[in-house]
Amino acid sequence: MKFLETLINGFSIGGIYAMIALGYTMVYGIAKMLNFAHGDIIMVGAYVIILFLPINPVVAIIAAVVLCALLGISIEKIAYKPLRGASPLAVLITAIGVSYLLQSLAQIIAGPNPKLNNLFEKLFPKFLETHRGGIITIGSFNIKLSTIITLACVAVVMVGLTLFVKRTKTGRAMVAVSEDKGAAQLMGVNVNSIIMITFAIGSALAALASTLMMLDGQKFAVDMGSLPGIKAFTAAVIGGIGSIPGAMLGGIVLGLVECFAQMAGFGEYTVAIEFSILIIVLLVKPTGILGKKRREKV
Amino acid sequence: MAKLIDSVKTFVNTKILKKVHKRESIDSKYVLETRNLGISFGGLKAAQNVNLKIEKNEIYGLIGPNGAGKTTVFNLLTGVYQPTEGAFYLNGEDLTGLPQDKINHKGIARTFQNIRLFNNMTVVRNVMVGLTNQPEYHCSLFESIFRLPRHFKVEKEMRKRAKELLRIFDLEDERNNLACNLPYGKQRKLEIARALATNPKLLLLDEPAAGMNPNETEDLVNTIKKIRDEFDMTVLLIEHDMKFVSGLCDRITVLNFGTVLTEGDTKTALSNPDVIKAYIGG
Repeated sequence: MKFLETLINGFSIGGIYAMIALGYTMVYGIAKMLNFAHGDIIMVGAYVIILFLPINPVVAIIAAVVLCALLGISIEKIAYKPLRGASPLAVLITAIGVSYLLQSLAQIIAGPNPKLNNLFEKLFPKFLETHRGGIITIGSFNIKLSTIITLACVAVVMVGLTLFVKRTKTGRAMVAVSEDKGAAQLMGVNVNSIIMITFAIGSALAALASTLMMLDGQKFAVDMGSLPGIKAFTAAVIGGIGSIPGAMLGGIVLGLVECFAQMAGFGEYTVAIEFSILIIVLLVKPTGILGKKRREKV
Repeated sequence: MAKLIDSVKTFVNTKILKKVHKRESIDSKYVLETRNLGISFGGLKAAQNVNLKIEKNEIYGLIGPNGAGKTTVFNLLTGVYQPTEGAFYLNGEDLTGLPQDKINHKGIARTFQNIRLFNNMTVVRNVMVGLTNQPEYHCSLFESIFRLPRHFKVEKEMRKRAKELLRIFDLEDERNNLACNLPYGKQRKLEIARALATNPKLLLLDEPAAGMNPNETEDLVNTIKKIRDEFDMTVLLIEHDMKFVSGLCDRITVLNFGTVLTEGDTKTALSNPDVIKAYIGG
């Protein structure tokens, strides 16, 4: 039972990492840049939820997703678009700058004190009356309702995104841009709007991930996005950056490793173990598990 | 000294003043007309005073020795490079300075000297990318995310159209293979199919016969003629194979060192002593 519980928790935490990793990997695949401000979008999403919670929890979640998507688009327009064609290092430093800007702004606006997070209580007040702590118990098997919701959300997002990329013309144009931006543009694909859509989807997924984290009782803090952001980035690299299935796989692998490490009593070392896996994967297969080798023609 | 002043002038005009060419339509009976089109990279004039006049349904050749600026002209006509001098007009409409995807919408499509297919996509999806921004296949992002009826209708129509295009090039049986797994000759054909999917008025082919064997070349000549007749198309092509050019092109322009050496109907232009000199030297 303990094993099954850990497995399910691993999938749920891994699913959240995967959702964030999708943002990194899609932006990398299409704009060929590492958006290190992606983790801080999670924090902004959490703050929006807290702001709108008194009105209605569902409104709060929708507001977070929409505002984060808009924030992603604006960041791209203001900070990254003027640097298109600049050296990758300049873009990378700008991304780090945007990340600090978001954190500092949040510190000024939200203040240093942690905020009350009662998203779960607000969403499921009746459920909490019958189930203490939101935990469902079947025999000796315990599972949190938030875990079930997370698993369902992650499954829907993954299937939906795969369908979107494979079966819609915007998705097809995205794949084409990630393969050969110049050729796609000459075939009439508007690369600017594709990049904009990518940032919007990535940031909306980050907001959704932040909703799921809040549902699990995560407290708001200005740096709450940093560690999940870095872990999701690791997941994207392990799976093969630029590959959508890779990000999903990498996230789940990381989540499982984290939970099983905790179960085995290495709780303090989980982060170290995760990054060791990154190093090993990079040594064995530098392109990541599902990454494709790119041969440069001479 | 004059060169230095020139390059400073260009730099000030393009980078500091951002002096953009003011677009004005002209009266033109030609599908493509270029007026003194040119570009210089610093002091190097890669193309200058290129004047082309291409009539409707013509197959027009652009030839010249290596480094003559042929592909540069293609890059100017498709917006990859912004011309530093002159302008070009498609059916009289000035397209100078528009971004690549806009020029493609207006009706200029191209293929590449080094094949640039979307290698990890299937053959049919490659063609469907070319259909992406056609107004008749319009479907908003909202509709495709929430999979409303129009999404399915548009997808079905796009697939049907892509299959039709592939049939013309005998690629229908290959439609579910990855583009990178096609043999070379078929990859060239797929590039043409993808360019035609964007519904152009003018098709630019950059060395379509490069690397083909005589049989494939002959097949290509027929295909290009078929495209002209069936799609009511005008074709501008770059080619080194003189037999191919004289068998296919109605008129040609010969470039050398970025300028026009001569132009006219294929036979006369090819027998021009200057042309022979440019190719063979001496």
